[in-house]
Amino acid sequence: MVQASPKSQTSYDVIVVGSGAGGGMAAYQLAVAGLKVLVLEAGRSYDPVRETPMFKLPRHAPLLGAGTKHKPFGFYDATVDGGWEVPGEPYTNAPGTDFKWWRARMLGGRTNHWGRISLRMGEYDFKPKTRDGLGADWPLGYEDLAPYYDRTEMLIGVYGGDDDLENTPGSPAGVLQPAPAPRATELLTKKHAAPLGIPVIPAHLAIMTQRQDATTLPQKIHPDNPLAQRVLAQSMRQRAACLWATPCGWGCSVKANFQSTTVLLPPAMMTGNVDIVPNAMVREVTLDASGKATGVHYIDKLTRTDREVKARVVVLAASACESARIMLNSRSAQFPNGIANSSGLVGKYLMDTVGAGIGGQIPALENLPPHNTDGASGMHMYVPWWQYKEQLAGKLGFARGYHIEFGGGRGMPGPGIFSGLESHTNGAYGQRFKEEARRYYGSFMYFDGRGEMIPNEESYCEIDPTVVDQWGIPVLRFHWKWSEHETKQAAHMVKTFAQMIEAMGGTVQGTVQTDGSKVIANGGQIIHEVGTCRMGTDPRTSVLNEYCQSWDVKNLFVTDGSVFVSNADKNPTLSILALAWRTCDHIMAELQRGNI
Amino acid sequence: MHDDEQGQPIDRREALKTLAAAAAAATALDGITASTADAQQPVTPRRPLPVAGAAPAPAVGPRGTPTDPDLITPKSPWPRLLSAQELITVAALCDMIIPADAKSPAASTVGVPAYIDEYVSAPYDWAERALVRVRGGLTWLDVESGKRFGRRFSAATVAQRTAICDDICYLPKAGPAFQAAARFFDMIRDLTASGFYTSDAGMKDLQYVGNVPLAKFDGPPPEVLRKLGLA
Repeated sequence: MVQASPKSQTSYDVIVVGSGAGGGMAAYQLAVAGLKVLVLEAGRSYDPVRETPMFKLPRHAPLLGAGTKHKPFGFYDATVDGGWEVPGEPYTNAPGTDFKWWRARMLGGRTNHWGRISLRMGEYDFKPKTRDGLGADWPLGYEDLAPYYDRTEMLIGVYGGDDDLENTPGSPAGVLQPAPAPRATELLTKKHAAPLGIPVIPAHLAIMTQRQDATTLPQKIHPDNPLAQRVLAQSMRQRAACLWATPCGWGCSVKANFQSTTVLLPPAMMTGNVDIVPNAMVREVTLDASGKATGVHYIDKLTRTDREVKARVVVLAASACESARIMLNSRSAQFPNGIANSSGLVGKYLMDTVGAGIGGQIPALENLPPHNTDGASGMHMYVPWWQYKEQLAGKLGFARGYHIEFGGGRGMPGPGIFSGLESHTNGAYGQRFKEEARRYYGSFMYFDGRGEMIPNEESYCEIDPTVVDQWGIPVLRFHWKWSEHETKQAAHMVKTFAQMIEAMGGTVQGTVQTDGSKVIANGGQIIHEVGTCRMGTDPRTSVLNEYCQSWDVKNLFVTDGSVFVSNADKNPTLSILALAWRTCDHIMAELQRGNI
Repeated sequence: MHDDEQGQPIDRREALKTLAAAAAAATALDGITASTADAQQPVTPRRPLPVAGAAPAPAVGPRGTPTDPDLITPKSPWPRLLSAQELITVAALCDMIIPADAKSPAASTVGVPAYIDEYVSAPYDWAERALVRVRGGLTWLDVESGKRFGRRFSAATVAQRTAICDDICYLPKAGPAFQAAARFFDMIRDLTASGFYTSDAGMKDLQYVGNVPLAKFDGPPPEVLRKLGLA
C-alpha cells in the first residue's frame, strides 16, 4: 500500500506537487517510465483500505452524519482537513465576491470523495471560440486527446453506454465497462423526458461494474512497457467490482471506484521509483540563472520547517488555484510577477461550473413496492446537453450548454429525511405523520444542472498582499463575476427541470425563479474550478503550450485543472487525467531529446 | 475469469473479508490513537512540534480533530445541554409526533430525545439558535399546558397534548399567538423524523432495504415497473 516515506534520496528526476487526479497520474506515468519521482502532498497520508467507513449508518455518526462546517459533505465524506475552509489556511475575497474555494488536505486530494462523473469533452468543447466567437480555443482538439481518454478510461475503470451523440463522444468498443441497470426514477424520467425532446442516456462514472481484465488490459494500455504492465496488472488484481452499496463519496476500501489513492498511487509505488512526502506545503518553485526550475521549497507542516528539494523537472498539480498560488508566490528577478508569468495570465480566467437545481415530489413514486435503489451510489443515467442547434441559431439567449444530473428514490434515510413534509401534509403529526412518511418516502427527486461558464476578465485569483496562512505563505484573493450567459443558462435549467417534473405528474418544490442570478450557485461551489494557467498557442495569451509546459520555464509543467482554456459542462476530472497523461508523454520526449 | 487463472483474484466474498479485516485493523488503530493524549483534544489545526527540525514518524490515520475525525469509530464529543426535565418534555412531544403503532415503536424508545439533545448542544452557530428555539418552545409548552390544564405538558393526557399540538402543528394555519410555537414544533418534527427514521426500527418502518453488498444490481423488480407503467 502507499507508504508515506521520507526522502530516500536527495535529488529526483521529477518533483510532483500534489497527489490528486493530476499529481497521481503524473507520478504513475513518470514512475512507470522509469523516472525517480518525489510526490509532495500538502495533507496527511491517507489509506482508503483502512479508513473508509464502509456500510456505516447515519446513526453511528455525530448529528446522524449531517454536514457541518468541518465536514461540509457529511461526517463520513472522505475529505480530510478540507471543505470550504481549511484550518489555518484562509483565502480572501475582493469586495462583492463570494467565491468558495474547496480544498482537501490528504493523500489523493479530492479524488477520494469526488462524484466519479467522467464525461469526455467533445469536439466543440475544444474549439468554442471558433464555434461561437466567445472565450478561447484550446491548442489541441478532441482527436489529440481521444487516445488518452481511451487509455484513461481503461486504466481507471469507467462505466457507460455506447451512445455517441453530438459533442457527447462515445468511447471505442471495449473501453468502457457495462452501464449499471437504471433505477426506477431514471426510467420514469427517461419516459417522460422523451416527449420534451430531452435525451436520457447511461451516465459515465469512474466506478467498476465488473473487475478489470488484468491479463489483457495492461498490455493494451502500456503496449511497450513491461514495468508498467506488471505493476498495473498487480494493482488491477487488488481492485474489486462495485458492491452496490455504501456511498462512493466516503471512499471505497475495495477500490471499486477511482481514487488516486487506490488506482494511481499504488502501482506508482510498486515501481520503486516514487517517494511520497505528506504534510509538505509547497510555497515556491526555485529557479537557476539560466531560467530553469531547480526544485521547490516546502514547509514541512509537522516541524514548521522550510525544506528544499531539487529535480530536473517540476510538475505542479496542486489544484487549479493552488498551483497558480505557488507560481504567483515564486517571485524572482527574472519573474517579478511570479514564475512562468511573463504573460501576466497566471491566476486569470478562473472558471467554475454553472450550477442550479430544484426538487420535485412525484406522486407516481409514492407507495412503491420496497426495493433496493442504492446502485452505484452515483447516477446511472443522465441528460447530456441536447440543444446545440437551437443554441447556435441564437434561440436560447445563452451560448453554452449544460447536462442534467438527477436522482431520487428509496435511499438510506438520513438527517432531514422528512424536512418539508409539513407543507405536503398540512402539518401532519402522530399516526397520520407515520402514514404520510411511508407514503412520501422515495417520491422526491432532484434535478441539478451543470453548465459551461465562459471565461471572463473579472473572474480571477491573485495574491492578497496583506494576508498569509499559518505556514507564512501569502494567500489567494478571489474576484468573481458571472456573465448573462451563465445566469440565463441557470434560469433555463430550472425552467426545464420544472417542465420535466410536471411532465412526470409531479409538483415542483419551492418557486421556479425566472431570474437566473437568484438560483445560480456561487463561484467555486460546484468545485469544478479550472483555468488560472491556461494553455494556448501564443506565449502572450497563454501560460502553457499545448503540452501543459510553461512557455517561459521549459522544465515546469502543470497537470491539474489550471490548464483548462474553457470549462465545458463535462466534469473536469477525466480530462485532467487524460491531459496529465499526455503531458507526461511529452515530458519523456523532451527529456529524451535533451530539451529539458 | 482471466483473473482466476493467475495471481490472486479478489472475489466478492474475499472483498467482504477484506472489509471486515479493514474494519478490525482500523479499530485496533483507534485503540492506539485513543490512548495518546491528543485524540480527545479539541481543535488544534495542526499539532506543532516543540523542536523544529526533529523528524517525527509520519502521522498514520485520523487525528481525531473535527476536520479529521475517526470515521470508523465515530465520537460525538460535545457536552449535552438539555436538563433531565427538558428531556422528559422532549420525549413527550416526540411521541406525539411519532407514536407507537402496529408497525413501529414510538420515537422516544429509539433514542430520539438523545439525538435532539446532541443537535441543540452541538458546537456550531446554528445549534446555538436551535437551542434557544427548543428551550423556549419546551418552556412555552409547559406554560401553555399549565394555563390550560394545570399541569406540565409531559403530565397532560394525550387528548390535552393533542389540543395544544393541533394549535401549533402547521405554521400557515397557526394563530398569531402560536407563530413561535409552530416554528418550534416544526423543528422538533423534523428532528424527530430524522432521529426515528435513521434508527433500525425507522428504516424497517419505511422498508428501506439497501446498504447491503450485492453480487449484481438488477434495477427495479417487475412489480415496480408495472406500477410505474414502465413494464
